[in-house]
Amino acid sequence: MSARLQLQDLRVTLAGQPRLHGLDLSLAPGEVLGLVGESGSGKSLTALAIAGLLPSQATTTGRVLLDGDDLLALPEAAMDARRGAAIGLVFQEPMQALNPLMTVSAQVAEALRLHRPLSRREATHEAEAALARVGLAGLGGRHPHELSGGQRQRGVIAIAMALRPRLLIADEPTTALDVAAQAQVLALLRELVREQGSALLLISHDLPLVAGVADRIAVLQHGRLVEQGPARALLQSPQQPETAALIADSALPARPRVPAPDLSAPLLAATGLVREVRQGGGLLARPRVKRLLDGVSLQVSPGERVGLVGASGSGKSTLLRALLALEKLQAGEVRLQGQRFTGAERGLRRQMQIVFQDPAASLDPRWRAWELVAEPLALRDPVPDRALQRRLACDWLDRVGLGAAVADRFPHQFSGGQRQRLAIARALILEPALLVLDEAASALDVSVRGQVLALIDTLCREHGTALLFVTHDLGVVRAATDRLYVLDAGRIIESGPTAEVFAQPQQPATRALLAAMPDLATLLA
Amino acid sequence: MPPRMNGRLITGALLAGAFATLALLSLVWTPAPLTQLDIAARLQAPSASHWLGTDHLGRDVLSLLMRGAATSLGVASLAVALGALIGVPLGLWAAARAGWLDELLMRGNDIVFAFPPLLLAVLLTTALGPGAVSAILAVGVFNIPVFARVARGLALPLWQREFVLAARVAGKGQGRISREHVLPNVAGGLVVQLSLQLSLALLAETGLSYIGLGTQPPQPSWGRMLADAQTLTALAPTLALFPGLAVALAVLAFHLLADGLREWLDPHREAR
Repeated sequence: MSARLQLQDLRVTLAGQPRLHGLDLSLAPGEVLGLVGESGSGKSLTALAIAGLLPSQATTTGRVLLDGDDLLALPEAAMDARRGAAIGLVFQEPMQALNPLMTVSAQVAEALRLHRPLSRREATHEAEAALARVGLAGLGGRHPHELSGGQRQRGVIAIAMALRPRLLIADEPTTALDVAAQAQVLALLRELVREQGSALLLISHDLPLVAGVADRIAVLQHGRLVEQGPARALLQSPQQPETAALIADSALPARPRVPAPDLSAPLLAATGLVREVRQGGGLLARPRVKRLLDGVSLQVSPGERVGLVGASGSGKSTLLRALLALEKLQAGEVRLQGQRFTGAERGLRRQMQIVFQDPAASLDPRWRAWELVAEPLALRDPVPDRALQRRLACDWLDRVGLGAAVADRFPHQFSGGQRQRLAIARALILEPALLVLDEAASALDVSVRGQVLALIDTLCREHGTALLFVTHDLGVVRAATDRLYVLDAGRIIESGPTAEVFAQPQQPATRALLAAMPDLATLLA
Repeated sequence: MPPRMNGRLITGALLAGAFATLALLSLVWTPAPLTQLDIAARLQAPSASHWLGTDHLGRDVLSLLMRGAATSLGVASLAVALGALIGVPLGLWAAARAGWLDELLMRGNDIVFAFPPLLLAVLLTTALGPGAVSAILAVGVFNIPVFARVARGLALPLWQREFVLAARVAGKGQGRISREHVLPNVAGGLVVQLSLQLSLALLAETGLSYIGLGTQPPQPSWGRMLADAQTLTALAPTLALFPGLAVALAVLAFHLLADGLREWLDPHREAR
């Protein structure tokens, strides 16, 4: 079999540190190879090394053969000609890959004219055809900001595929997209690769996602290839313990059923929440009113674990902020422990705390670990003095498994998982009755995700804390919640016990959402 | 890992430091007494006894320049401090409150911005009477909207950041969040602006004293020296050269400092 791409003993050293330790991989024409690994495993480095895009301080050895030509031996000018024409690239953030001032069609045409002697008209004509192939027919005249995230990524793919490259490298191409767009973009990539006989190197941290499209999967860890093989075989009978661990972490066990909660005395009760924003409008033009929340009601009982799912733009974040009184409401009310909560009630405020998605963004970079954890103590009455605050914070640093020794460090001195532990300690230091988790495990590697979820589970069980999980991650919802609300376009369209909603979704939107979510269990079934 | 200092930062800091040192030194010692008039030795070229020569009253130019630096730097620093102390809290307040208050403060800013600064400074100093205090007030007033605008611009995106939301969930009010979270995170940008405004204020002070509205004689100032030298350019060309050089170098120093600081503090610095 002649390989389209072959890596032989590929090694990369960056700033004196060996980062890739001899990688051997091959890809056949028409094949999709999924390269999976956690952050820091060297996935993206591999992509950059193949495309010759590593920073100049990096030293690369070994061979990168594209149809037999060693790319590493090529001079820079020859490599420039190959990039785009023979090797297409798609990265995570489509907004950064597109020029905001040019229409999508013009950008595809520009890529074509760079590599082929086409007239402006011919290029435009071909660009329209390329856009039609990715499902953007008729949208070529739009600028990037006029497209949705999924459409933008399609535009990037149109540019990458317009020249029918022999190899397409996609590095986390769907990580910035919502689940529905994710599934469509992946299906499109696979189809284009098949049709044109290219080879696709699909790089992702998300094993279930890759498992759905890849023919073969290669698992990378600490710059070494752990295992590779046909997707199904690798998932069903992994040969290496690291692969088995990755699969186990990716497929969280479903939560056992619990009896239906008593909703007569709910801890949290939101009724008829309406949130409107005005858009546009000027001196004479009347602003358009957009409803982000359209009469949302939901309840959480004491100690209950409730999930909230919805596509991006469905109003999940707005709803969370509304519940926490961080957002003004046009109608409706939030009651906590039977009392109206508007944000001013400090006694109620301490009963509801939150962990955000990105721990790097939710921790002030200039504060020390213990100060961050102690921050909500300002809600205690009376406010404890500094020495006591530090003691309480250190106690919680211990409980979340970080240890009091890290008390004086700054956020950047922690890893992502450790930072999320800090955020959890901060949210629980007041021992609130309700903990809200806004995609709190989504930004973490799967191995860390499992640990963080287990930590939340243990701590909340100890204190009888109720949980409200907001996430797009199906596995997390099934593993961690008893009851589920589905949000769509600012309305709750469905709710019920998690297992029931999963088994028999009633609404088309729910079905679409569930179908789009990548899930190892269904793939293996 | 502390970021690497760059050439501009070091040059700017050294130059600005040198000016500040000379200015402070002049308050206790100058090469020749400032009050000593020696008409016989007037308009001398640079020599061993008078390194930069003497002016039309026989005073030592180097001594005048040093004390002039004290005046100019003093007025400029106080004016900028005035602007920052009022402007920064205003900007942070506008960012925190958003809505109509923000609108009101920023439109107020626009109104101040709409006047040519030097023109209004002239108006202010004529109303208050010329002198160092008027100069500080006049230049200071123009620094308020600059700092308000910069502080607001830097603070606004922070209010959308999750760590500020977390502080709100921790029950903290706008004032406290501005003080504890926003200010420390905008401080870097403000320091850059501070240094830039110092160079502009220095120029403004020189301009005011040049037209006789700033520091009054016998207190020496660079602007005054330039004005005095103007009528004598044919007789003693170096007389205008040295204060001119001093102004140019000082302005350059603070510009370099601002530029260097900006690069040094920028988290998105490219690894070169």
